[in-house]
Amino acid sequence: MSIFRMQGSFIDNLPKIYGFYTGGFIVFIGIMSLAEKAGMSADTIGLFFVGFTIVIYALIGWMSRTMQLDAYYVAGRQVPAVFNGMATAADWMSGASFVAMAGGIYMGGHPYLAFVVGWTGGYVLVAVLMAPYLRKFGCYTVPDFIGTRYGGNVARFCAVVVLVVASFTYVTAQINATGTIASRALLVPFGVGIWLGLAGILICSMLGGMRAVTWTQVAQYIVLIIAYLVPVIWMSNKQGFGWFPQIEYGDAVRKIAGLETVHQVGVLKPPEAVKGLSALTTLHNGPPGTFVSRVQFVTLVACMMMGTASLPHILMRYFTTPSVRAARVSVAWSLLFIFMLYFTAPALATFTKLQMLDPSLPTAIIGKTLAEVDAHTWVQKWSQVGGVKVIDFNHDGIVQINEFFMRGDIVVLATPEIAGLPYVISGLVAAGGMAAAMSTADGLLLAIANALSHDLYYKMIDPKADVRHRLIVARVLLIVIGAAGAAVASLRLTGILGAVAWAFDFAMSGLFFPLVLGVWWKRANRAGAIAGMVIGFAVGTWYLYMVYAGGMKPWWGIDHLRFGIIGATASLVSMVVVSLLTPAPDKETMDMVDEVRIPKGQTILGSAH
Amino acid sequence: MAADNSQKEIHWNRTRNLMIVHLAIWFVFSFVVHWFAIALNKFSFMHFPLGFYMAAQGSLIVFVVQLFAFAWQQNKIDQETGMAEEE
Repeated sequence: MSIFRMQGSFIDNLPKIYGFYTGGFIVFIGIMSLAEKAGMSADTIGLFFVGFTIVIYALIGWMSRTMQLDAYYVAGRQVPAVFNGMATAADWMSGASFVAMAGGIYMGGHPYLAFVVGWTGGYVLVAVLMAPYLRKFGCYTVPDFIGTRYGGNVARFCAVVVLVVASFTYVTAQINATGTIASRALLVPFGVGIWLGLAGILICSMLGGMRAVTWTQVAQYIVLIIAYLVPVIWMSNKQGFGWFPQIEYGDAVRKIAGLETVHQVGVLKPPEAVKGLSALTTLHNGPPGTFVSRVQFVTLVACMMMGTASLPHILMRYFTTPSVRAARVSVAWSLLFIFMLYFTAPALATFTKLQMLDPSLPTAIIGKTLAEVDAHTWVQKWSQVGGVKVIDFNHDGIVQINEFFMRGDIVVLATPEIAGLPYVISGLVAAGGMAAAMSTADGLLLAIANALSHDLYYKMIDPKADVRHRLIVARVLLIVIGAAGAAVASLRLTGILGAVAWAFDFAMSGLFFPLVLGVWWKRANRAGAIAGMVIGFAVGTWYLYMVYAGGMKPWWGIDHLRFGIIGATASLVSMVVVSLLTPAPDKETMDMVDEVRIPKGQTILGSAH
Repeated sequence: MAADNSQKEIHWNRTRNLMIVHLAIWFVFSFVVHWFAIALNKFSFMHFPLGFYMAAQGSLIVFVVQLFAFAWQQNKIDQETGMAEEE
């Protein structure tokens, strides 16, 4: 335990500690597979996987407890670039990335790859435009930057509002995902699972703030990436596609194109819909062809990228590196670690599809008789929980493409069963999904609670509060916001991906241009920034309401998933116009911007501001 | 301080140019190649249709390589203009 308190030696020993941890986790997987051979039930294995990993995270959270401001808000600014990269990757890859991404590609084909491009390319904006400068600034939170750069509580308050709305939209989806996984693995009702999941999330963040979240996120990244890659590589190897499925599925893509013609994918439509499930109606390699579908592809990419660069729980990870230079390198590492999962997801979607469509494989579903399809154990199992449904509309006794319905997330969750892998792999996947959802929820909750405790409480309400008070308020807020998130999540308002995309749109509508121009345009002033945040956010929200609930026809295919395009445009125009109509910032502010632009020298804000 | 200020100006000009170069690359691989996905699909790369490949993998690889290059280049600018942090 003492190694966690002796900071110097802890940081020096990081590779050893996490190497040991990874080895321990692999040994645990080995023990579980022996237990499976000895007859341990599938449910018990799942329980062990999820339970054991949560206990480890909680232990790390407890050992990283702190009563120091710098440690609580920015992990003492000593997280090495590579480890911060892993933590960011876990922070970034949510339950949606882990569970829903491959399924989305399976159902949506090429157009869905806009998410893959958008959720990686956004890091170019983070590295080039933002992260190093925010690190030099020395802020604790994103509104801290807005509040100091533009001056005044109004600007700071606007940034807090945008941050809370965007992050809260996102966090409910994550708590929902932890609840779903926890309830399935721990064999409790969904309502109980949500609160258990929240308890796990809070233990990781409450005692040690950013420091605890950092070190648990690194541990969670290791679990989630092993859990994602192992089944895919195993399956690919078993099916004869080789050890590197990611670079070897080109022929599978072409083969699917031929099978799609045979099975009439896109020609046969289901005569009636099944709630929550879909039949395959989109071509795998059907790139956007019409003008509107091309606009939809690039606007979705743009929204996810600009959203990435405006989401505070991501930006604040780069406040924790030891230097500006390390912040830049760390963005590159983050993207490499994220890439590991994102370039595997399309491979997984392709292989799963091939297994379902290719009649020469034993796993085939489409074109087989009802009896043959029902004989698959995974079809039986998932039919019982409403994940799969077969309806023989034309009564010919054969399953056509428009008669097989499934939920997208099955592609990840059922892969081990579809390919006939041992149950220990399913347990591993459950632990991975849990790690992905928990790590993102932790980052988001901390971003919200820190903005409220630092920017709202300390900077605006009680600037004389001492360290003890500030840290107690921060923790109380964390619990309150977590509970609010869990309460909203238990209402199950939206599907996981809808809410996630909205968070990106909200963040880019309100924050993207005030953040970028704060560094790159000296002339940007307070009035302009406030206008940019308020008008961008208001216009974006109005557009969302109009196309989602108000019955308005979307402009050029810009639907509710892409409303950030409208919001961010309004934000840019209003910010530039208002800035130019009002006086330039004073010399002090101009000098501050000059200082932010160079890595050398002290941070703008002192270490205990 | 005049010398320092002109160094700062050189540093910022080079930084800005680097930003423009990287955002241009980013723009091409984020938007342009995907706009022309159908045309690219006529070509084959590692057995993949190229348009599909770029969206599933190609653009991502470009972004990763680009970010390591960016970190290296920007660090070089900082050091050559004397604006790097003291280690």
